[in-house]
Amino acid sequence: MIEYATYFGFISIGLAVLMNLHRLIVGPDSINRILALDTLTINTIALFILFGIWQGSSTNFEAALLFAMVGFITTVAFCKYLLRGDIIE
Amino acid sequence: MEFLIELLISAMIVVGGVFALVGSFGLSKLPDLMARLHAPTKATTLGIGGMLIASILYFAFIERTLSVHELLITIFLFLVAPVTAYLVAKTHLHKNRDRQDTAQFQLPPPAGTHKAGWATFNKSEKQSRTEIR
Amino acid sequence: MIRKVFPHPIMTAVLTLVWMMLMNAFTPATFVLGLILGIILPILTSCFWPDRPTIRNPLKVAEYIIVVLYDIVVANVQVAYLILFRRNRDLRSRFFTVPLEIRTPEAIAILAGTITMTPGTVSSDISTDGKSLLVHGLNVTDEQETVTGIKSRYEKRLKDIFE
Repeated sequence: MIEYATYFGFISIGLAVLMNLHRLIVGPDSINRILALDTLTINTIALFILFGIWQGSSTNFEAALLFAMVGFITTVAFCKYLLRGDIIE
Repeated sequence: MEFLIELLISAMIVVGGVFALVGSFGLSKLPDLMARLHAPTKATTLGIGGMLIASILYFAFIERTLSVHELLITIFLFLVAPVTAYLVAKTHLHKNRDRQDTAQFQLPPPAGTHKAGWATFNKSEKQSRTEIR
Repeated sequence: MIRKVFPHPIMTAVLTLVWMMLMNAFTPATFVLGLILGIILPILTSCFWPDRPTIRNPLKVAEYIIVVLYDIVVANVQVAYLILFRRNRDLRSRFFTVPLEIRTPEAIAILAGTITMTPGTVSSDISTDGKSLLVHGLNVTDEQETVTGIKSRYEKRLKDIFE
């Protein structure tokens, strides 16, 4: 049963990633693209977790943790750059 | 008992997937950026939270190993989502500060009687004092 | 003296716990290493945290967390409903102001975070005098009701905790 649930999870996350890509490509300005990129990172973390459950191994969590941190810092850096034209003041 | 736990884990994964999907659907459907901001911050974060809880349950009851990394990721994502939303909103307001006459960017004044502006556009008294110095 | 070594005792405890969770092992070795990090890091970063917030009532903190977690789940169902079954032109999304009674920076930060995570609202700015928050609502029919809801549900509890 868990296997079918993970398949469902994979499909829904895949569709979500496609919608994020739509916003990333269409998005009228750079802020929309930043938001799409942030959501894309979070969805990728979900893929890592699902893959871990599917495989029954917990080796993916370091990658997921790093992805969460780097994704957050990326978003903050992009926003800082648009706000100030400079990242480290 | 085994069956109940499997059911719970599967339900968590399905609910998480649906919420993540709804969040991304909102991101691509809603009309303007401030409305779009609502979908990823809430729905996607909760979706990932559900999947991480499913993962904790799976490794605790089926694989019989205690793994607390997922809990750390969940807490981190929940703490970080408001910060991201705030920064994106601030950047959005800042970029469109010249278009405040259109209805979409018209901001209500802050509460209170004396003069104060929003921190994105106006400097606070303390800041301008240090700059003069 | 003890203030110099432990500028923030809660931060020391949290850092130790996070280190043990990161290592995924609750053994004496990770505890000692975590404790060393937990003592060094608050001293190194103490210039970023000039004063420490006082928490009056630890029991209220647990109550607040439970209330917020419950609201996050409810908020998500509401927002999902709005996204899926409401046409874009029927959405009444707009900015509104929430006047603040709390003055502690930590309490205001937590309130802003809570507003972002709960029903259809995102906090997007603070006024220069720190007395009101700019909040964007996805579907606001009655502005006054939303504001009183936020004030009575979250701000009152935070006031009990911090002031």
